[in-house]
Amino acid sequence: MNSAQATVSKILNYSCVDGPGNRLVVFLQGCNFNCSSCHNPHTIGICNHCGDCVPACPHKALTVLEGKVSFDPQQCDQCDACLRACSINANPMVQTMSVEAVLARLTEHHLMLDGITLSGGEATLQAHFIGQLFKAIKADARLRHLSCFIDSNGQLGSSAWQRLLPVTDGVLLDIKALDADLHQTLTGRSNQRVLQSLRLLHQADKLHELRYLVIPGFTDRPSEVHALVELVQSLGTATQVRLNAFQHHGVIGPAREWPTASKNDIEIIAGQLRQQGIERVITPAVYI
Amino acid sequence: MQAIHKKLQQIVCDQTLSPQQKARYLSLEAENLLPYPELDADTSEALAAGVLCDLVEGHAPYKPRYVLPDYSVVLTQGSEYLELDAPKDLDEAINCLMIAYHHVPSVTGMPVYIGHLDQLLLPFCEGLTDDQLYTKIKLFWRYLDRTLPDAFMHANIGPQDNPVARAILRVDAELKQIAPNLTFCYDPDISSDAILQQATDNIIACSKPHIANHPMHQAAFDDRGYGIVSCYNALPVAGGAATLVRLNLKEVALRSTSVTDFLTRKLPYYGDLCFRLLSSRMSYLFEKSNFFTSFLVQEGWIDRQRFTAMYGIYGMAEAVNLLQDMQQCSGRYGHDAKANQLGYQISEALAELVQRTPVKHAWRGRAMLHSQAGISSDVEVTPGVRIPYGSEPDPVTHIQALLPHHHYYASGISEILTLEETIKNNPQALFTLCKGALAAGFREFTANVDSNDLVRVTGYMVRLSDIEQYNQQQGSRINTTALGAEAAASTNILDRKPRVVSHELSPSYS
Ligand code: SF4
Ligand code: SF4
Repeated sequence: MNSAQATVSKILNYSCVDGPGNRLVVFLQGCNFNCSSCHNPHTIGICNHCGDCVPACPHKALTVLEGKVSFDPQQCDQCDACLRACSINANPMVQTMSVEAVLARLTEHHLMLDGITLSGGEATLQAHFIGQLFKAIKADARLRHLSCFIDSNGQLGSSAWQRLLPVTDGVLLDIKALDADLHQTLTGRSNQRVLQSLRLLHQADKLHELRYLVIPGFTDRPSEVHALVELVQSLGTATQVRLNAFQHHGVIGPAREWPTASKNDIEIIAGQLRQQGIERVITPAVYI
Repeated sequence: MQAIHKKLQQIVCDQTLSPQQKARYLSLEAENLLPYPELDADTSEALAAGVLCDLVEGHAPYKPRYVLPDYSVVLTQGSEYLELDAPKDLDEAINCLMIAYHHVPSVTGMPVYIGHLDQLLLPFCEGLTDDQLYTKIKLFWRYLDRTLPDAFMHANIGPQDNPVARAILRVDAELKQIAPNLTFCYDPDISSDAILQQATDNIIACSKPHIANHPMHQAAFDDRGYGIVSCYNALPVAGGAATLVRLNLKEVALRSTSVTDFLTRKLPYYGDLCFRLLSSRMSYLFEKSNFFTSFLVQEGWIDRQRFTAMYGIYGMAEAVNLLQDMQQCSGRYGHDAKANQLGYQISEALAELVQRTPVKHAWRGRAMLHSQAGISSDVEVTPGVRIPYGSEPDPVTHIQALLPHHHYYASGISEILTLEETIKNNPQALFTLCKGALAAGFREFTANVDSNDLVRVTGYMVRLSDIEQYNQQQGSRINTTALGAEAAASTNILDRKPRVVSHELSPSYS
């Protein structure tokens, strides 16, 4: 019996955008960044059971039980009215899941999966759970073929990475900005640890992909793109770089006023990267 | 007489139809002036009320619905009737087939089955380079689309990885034509991962081919084999299907008072009427029409004993949801375990009914159960056992929800997964989904990728740009476009997450 538990905001049986092949994705609740551009802001906060969202639910899926908000998935219509009612970006639909529960889900679908990705929020805030889960997957004969990935903002410290990496097959690492001040502006944090994580993951040969969100007026500045090119060159030109286009979907607050990135914006930057010898640049299949 | 004159006049002068298309609709009208094959009062009533449906096959079945000739006969022996010698090289072989196709009848008037092409052509390919093969297949493909423009026309390839199958996949992805439709028969013990990957990459390019679970189909047929035709009907080669009639499960549920009433009384009652309708049509074809005096029979391309009767069903989703309401259960079909379970129970009951009911003239003396993909005039009833348009869960959950149905439907179960465009960046995901679904027991795997111009409307392929053009009254070279346009307008089909409509015949002029 494995007692580790996770706070899960959502679980998907199918995703083709979270690593190689088809992946089951577990979105863990809570984040240590506070990005204005976040398209999943309701995964950032942790519920304090204030109850504000309860009357907002049109389907009576939320109730207060002994001072705690309780969620009934049978009643829920996935309308997201509760998320809009929450002032701290938390999510009353969060579920607690054990390692066994995730394993059971994987076992049910394993024939149609290439792997699992732990995403968020910031997945590594629940690093202990991830470690236990990945270890259990690798110990299970039916699940061993599934690759175990983490999608991270890179804020995790190196000793914690050292504990996770032996059971982790790959990491999708987000770099929000190369310039320290710009990073501070966009995320509320410095990027020092992110860059440390990047090097550490690269050296351990676990960096599957570097992800860069193109926000016009911010991260598309020539100096930023130049710094990105230098960084990737220092890691090796075979490093896979995925350019994501900033869009308004899901975004709340002032960032809704920022311009979105068009296909053309992305293609220009992709062209610059390729011209500098970076071999594997991935651009979005769709712009929505 | 006045009304029929008016209708014929309309067909003759329709500005969107070609002369051939007009001739076909005129012949259907003429056929339907004849009396319907004899039916008892109960069956007639159920047919008129829409509990049963004959797919507007016509009043006088004078040809089987689907004919699957064994083309190896003409390729090894030639044809006396067609004055053809046995071909000696690939050009002659393709030429023989091109001639043969024009002599194969079906419900649409065009051949629905053009053969298991790699197996047929491989013996003629010795010494040819891949590039030579590619050029010849490309011309052949262009010919098929331009002269037999019907999306129900179907080619089969696989399960072996071979140069002909590869050339066909290459050409099909490049030309992105509506016709022919294509099935790759996959066998994990025979097919390589590389050829399956090529097939699933093609799905990303043009929503074709359909992937059939070869071992599972093989087990349902005999040594002469099976073919996949039209929109995903599995039928005996050297035979086919004499007729296809279908039972509207939604209408049966509407006439039931409870789950027990449905399962123990109404389903057996209307299920039996469906057999009567089917038998009456079979009798006409086999005993009156003189079809089986054709040279196709005499020369051994087809065998009178190898025509099955397809027992189709549709509206499972609505039936289950109505029955759920009767028990005050809110869970919906496709999303709720209990609702899904009820669906499996209905499929099992149907399979059992088909298994124990003898059908005169039919191959092996039994009908074959089929989850029917729908026609363009279906309104508010979902094809076969599908999950209603627009409410499908993610592809993995979708596959799991339908999986237990698959083994009951020996003559095919038409389901279409709609995938988001993002999969274009990750073809491995589609490969795994397909391979996994088949390994889990899916009988067939079909997918559309959102944003492709070439999409399935209920099961046959159409080009969205053709529908657009047709709606602007310019007509279309492709027979199925009219059907697609009608389906798109009446069945919410383009609501389907990426768009799909299902199915085959363009039944009558409307
Ligand atoms: S989700 Fe937000 S609004 Fe709802 S109880 Fe938790 S903190 Fe309050
Ligand atoms: S998403 Fe939230 S508000 Fe909407 S039904 Fe579910 S619990 Fe209620």
